[in-house]
Amino acid sequence: MPEPSAIVNSPEPAGGTREQDLIARVQRGQHELFYELVQPYERRVYAAALAILRNEADAEDVAQEAVLKALSNIRQFRAESRFSTWLIQITVNEALMRRRRQKTRAVESIDEHRDEEGEYRPRDFADWREIPSEALERKEVRQKLAEALGSLDRKYREVFMLRDVEQLNIQETADALGISIASVKTRLLRARLMLRDLLAGGWEQGWFSRPPFEKGTKPW
Amino acid sequence: MVVTCEQVWREISNYLEGETDAALRAAMDDHFHTCKSCASVLAGTRNVVALYGDERMIEVPPGFGRRLEKKIAQGVRSEKSGWSTWSAWLVPVAALLLIGGGLRLANSLTLNPPLKSEHADPGHDIPPDMPVVVSVATRTFHVAGCDFIHNKETVRTMKASEAIRDGYVPCVRCMRKYLSVARVPAALDAEAITAEEALKESDGD
Repeated sequence: MPEPSAIVNSPEPAGGTREQDLIARVQRGQHELFYELVQPYERRVYAAALAILRNEADAEDVAQEAVLKALSNIRQFRAESRFSTWLIQITVNEALMRRRRQKTRAVESIDEHRDEEGEYRPRDFADWREIPSEALERKEVRQKLAEALGSLDRKYREVFMLRDVEQLNIQETADALGISIASVKTRLLRARLMLRDLLAGGWEQGWFSRPPFEKGTKPW
Repeated sequence: MVVTCEQVWREISNYLEGETDAALRAAMDDHFHTCKSCASVLAGTRNVVALYGDERMIEVPPGFGRRLEKKIAQGVRSEKSGWSTWSAWLVPVAALLLIGGGLRLANSLTLNPPLKSEHADPGHDIPPDMPVVVSVATRTFHVAGCDFIHNKETVRTMKASEAIRDGYVPCVRCMRKYLSVARVPAALDAEAITAEEALKESDGD
């Protein structure tokens, strides 16, 4: 078995110096350059808001508010953290505030602790092979993955989104959600194992292995 | 060190994060070589992390980027117009401050007018609460009963500090001891009195 490598955060997009230059210029007042600065992360901003709010219209609204808030606070940004992380944390905060306003928190918080009791045991032990990343080119696969993620309880979905989709580290995820590092680790473990079980059926049904038909090629 | 399947499942996420210590990691590696189920759990979990970590998994609604760009542009415009609204207020506020400052300056000049006789000696060590009298159309203040008071029908009493504030100068006769002239040689004393008398005459004109 090959030596597994640890998960690392994805690096900033190429052109980090360019980003630093943009940040400095926006901080000096060239606010018209701000979209250029956030454009590489706009999808992640939206995804973070959607993971928390579960509603596309709200997620877009909050994503816009978060970006404007980041603009108005751009002078407070320090290079100690990555710009993308700072932006995602603002988005998460805005989304959490929106959700609190929607008054769903009190009801959902009852489930917060109950589901963390006991350990999660994997259910499916079918053999897995590495899934080619080309599988994601297929809308069907992306949809199945989105459905599986959407079926998780909120607390698992949020942690998983921030850590594995948004690529925040454990500490940043804990800070963004206002929970302990231990809770992040517990929820992350369960989220990953649950998703693995949910997607195992797809592996068996050939979602990931069926090669996409090449353009212009008839399947028969 | 030997680990059970349950221990492996409990630690598998930390294993992927690289957060297990060396001994546990080695034990888990050994376990994966011998336990097909746990190897499957590891492979599946790693697949999950890889798939969801792919940017292509994030889909945004059509036109999202364009709308966001527009929103930012609106935000920047309103920010600038907010500044221009604020700066538009700045001009009248500054003007008011200037006018206020001017009035204050004028007021302070009124409260501390130049001496009514620019060549007069303003005096020194005059007790501020000392009662003195002034009269209309004169430039000096006196001790009550001084012979040099003109326009006696208009005399009014005030404190010395108030008289000084209003620009009156001390009388060279009744306030003599507070004047520099008191320290001049006696030969010049008479000359000083003559000067005061000349002033008195001019006051009387």
